[in-house]
Amino acid sequence: MEELWRAVVKAFELIVSLDAEVIDITGRSLLISATSCIIACAVCFPLAGIIHFSSFPGKRLFISVVQTLYSLPTVLVGLFIFVLLSRSGPLGGLGLLFTPLAMVMGQAIFLCPIVLGLGISALRAVDTAIYDVAMALGANRVQATLQVMKESRYALAMTAMMGFGRAISEVGLSLMVGGNIKGFTRTLTTAISLETSRGNLEFAIALGIILLLLALMVNMIVGWLQQR
Amino acid sequence: MNARFALGTLLTAFLLALILVPAGTGCNQAKHDSAPAKLRVATTTSLYDSGLWEYLEPLFEARYGIDLEVLYAGTGIALRYGEKGDVDAIVTHDPDREALFISQGYGLERVPFACSRFLVVGPADDPARIKGQTPEAAFARIAAIGSVLFISRGDESGTHIKEKEIWQRAGFDYEEVRRSRWYIEAGRGMGPTLLLAAEKRGYALTDKATFVTYGNKLGLVPLVDQGDILLNTYSILLVDPKRYPWVNYEASKRLAEFLVTEEVQATLREFGALHYGEPLFLPYCDCARGLLR
Repeated sequence: MEELWRAVVKAFELIVSLDAEVIDITGRSLLISATSCIIACAVCFPLAGIIHFSSFPGKRLFISVVQTLYSLPTVLVGLFIFVLLSRSGPLGGLGLLFTPLAMVMGQAIFLCPIVLGLGISALRAVDTAIYDVAMALGANRVQATLQVMKESRYALAMTAMMGFGRAISEVGLSLMVGGNIKGFTRTLTTAISLETSRGNLEFAIALGIILLLLALMVNMIVGWLQQR
Repeated sequence: MNARFALGTLLTAFLLALILVPAGTGCNQAKHDSAPAKLRVATTTSLYDSGLWEYLEPLFEARYGIDLEVLYAGTGIALRYGEKGDVDAIVTHDPDREALFISQGYGLERVPFACSRFLVVGPADDPARIKGQTPEAAFARIAAIGSVLFISRGDESGTHIKEKEIWQRAGFDYEEVRRSRWYIEAGRGMGPTLLLAAEKRGYALTDKATFVTYGNKLGLVPLVDQGDILLNTYSILLVDPKRYPWVNYEASKRLAEFLVTEEVQATLREFGALHYGEPLFLPYCDCARGLLR
């Protein structure tokens, strides 16, 4: 238990002293996770709109499958990306394995089911009357869908936050496709995993505290934007 | 209106990030040829955990102007990376599989540069009475007593392969050993395996560096450290550029040369001595001269 207290002190020290390596790792975590979350949202929110407002055979099954994929293990996505990007794999020529871009790709894929599924739920919560009224007022389908999305913007923002939280806290995928290279693909979670295996438990916990503080900050900024 | 403005700002920021971030990362890729050459090396965990690479990396980068990227992987995974051509060189400690790596045409050269010892460690009261035994006899005693646990890495790492070799030399069928109730496969790195051994008051085979930097804190003691079979040799293997034309052979050759320079070899003799009271590794020439025994 003493370790825990020492870890809190250590985390405080690292933050106050603006430790260069910790800042570097934290910034990279933020950049990679935010990018993958933004890509996942940019692709999946419009898709959620299209799926929600269209009817096609197997729609329920499709949504069930998407919801099942919430449980997709990050390591499995990591393996998939690894095989894909390995020099001997189909996309090996791009030389992307063990780069931040590979991590972004992996995280975006892993986030898509979550963002899509929760995005559809967010749209479902909006009164269908809004869509009908917009159509009646002469809007086309795209405009009406956008109107519904605007109504559900808080739920969609929460979905994005959830995605960001999952991205910044995952470790299996980042280790596998990023390789935990110091100063290049090392993020907060992979650093925690490394320091744990080295027996530097205080430092590992301190990094965990910093990760949580970072998530708190991002949450507060989004909350503040919503209030305005 | 305000909400719309905020959303608009957010959206613009999102889109900008979308365009700029991958482009920025892409630039790094494109620079490959002109900017400092990149050298990617997968290294066995014990060398990384000891902090050796963090010490050598800046020295090497400053001297040769090569951007060295060190990946942290057990010997088994490092060999896989090498076989797929995903790294330029690997640093491992398993001579047999290294020889296979070369003979199968994945690697062009193997340069041993450091060595150390494996240790059999266990609880201080040594219930199986293995202290001072040969490694083979110690394993036989642990198996005979049957009530004390043996914790194995169980992950095809260099240390795990060495452990299998000792069981075999002691006259055991490894598959039978594996099924024994007193035998536990941790399936994890050396540090967590030692932690498990300490928690369960069991025995384990470990490399010296990890034990000295980590295991010492746990209440385990070294019990067996003699015998040729416990020699632990670290080598760098250069991936064959004829097989994988994209590997940076020039740079990996430089690194191999760097590791056997008098300077690095002298560093190895002292590395960790200040902090832990004894060096973690020895220069390869010292093992060759038999100083290890």
